[in-house]
Amino acid sequence: MTRYPPEGQPPDIIIRVVCRSLVPFIQLFGLYVVVHGHSSPGGGFQGGVTLAASFVLLALAEGRGALRRHIPLGALNAFASAGVLLYAGLGVVCLALGANYLDYGPLPFAEPRSVGMLVIEIGVGITVMAAMLSIFRDMLEF
Amino acid sequence: MKLLHLVATAVTGLLLIVGSLDLAETGDPAAPAATHVSPRYIESGLEETGVENMVTAVLADYRGFDTLGEVTVIFTGAIAVLLILRNGLKGEEDEA
Repeated sequence: MTRYPPEGQPPDIIIRVVCRSLVPFIQLFGLYVVVHGHSSPGGGFQGGVTLAASFVLLALAEGRGALRRHIPLGALNAFASAGVLLYAGLGVVCLALGANYLDYGPLPFAEPRSVGMLVIEIGVGITVMAAMLSIFRDMLEF
Repeated sequence: MKLLHLVATAVTGLLLIVGSLDLAETGDPAAPAATHVSPRYIESGLEETGVENMVTAVLADYRGFDTLGEVTVIFTGAIAVLLILRNGLKGEEDEA
């Protein structure tokens, strides 16, 4: 097994350009899967993994240093925690509004249950994306 | 002592096998799982949650607490990998 890019050489221009132009579309699709989980197959888990995959592709194309330079470990840990916090926090908000834990009924929106689910899907997406990237980065460094 | 373990394992295994004989057939429409909660999810899921996707409605609303646990499992996995691998990297830590 040889490493890409080879020691001391810059990444291949063709691989770089192709991957770089693919990444925005992958990320857009990931966001679509997260946000559209209500009415089509998808949701936080799948969308989060898709988003993480776009960054992994970027890291593979640009070399190991790129991910390290652009995405600090602290930020990944913060995002992974923030997603769980968003999810659990929404449950506490429901409690404060007088309902059961994670019962979205009394949220102040026109369709409270739909909005509640959207919020937790976003929380799931953030956590899954950050956790996948964090594991990937830890393995790269190892 | 080893014999005791063997007996305990064999008895537990036998109990599980005997118990599994009474399980409903896969996909049996008369099974208890298909006659109690499933019709409720299918019939009133849309009006109770306002979400067209039945899977999401069950996952994120009816069983939201379960999904919270799943997210926590993924989070814990990342933290575990972080702790195990990054301890091996002590000394070559980057500024992040």
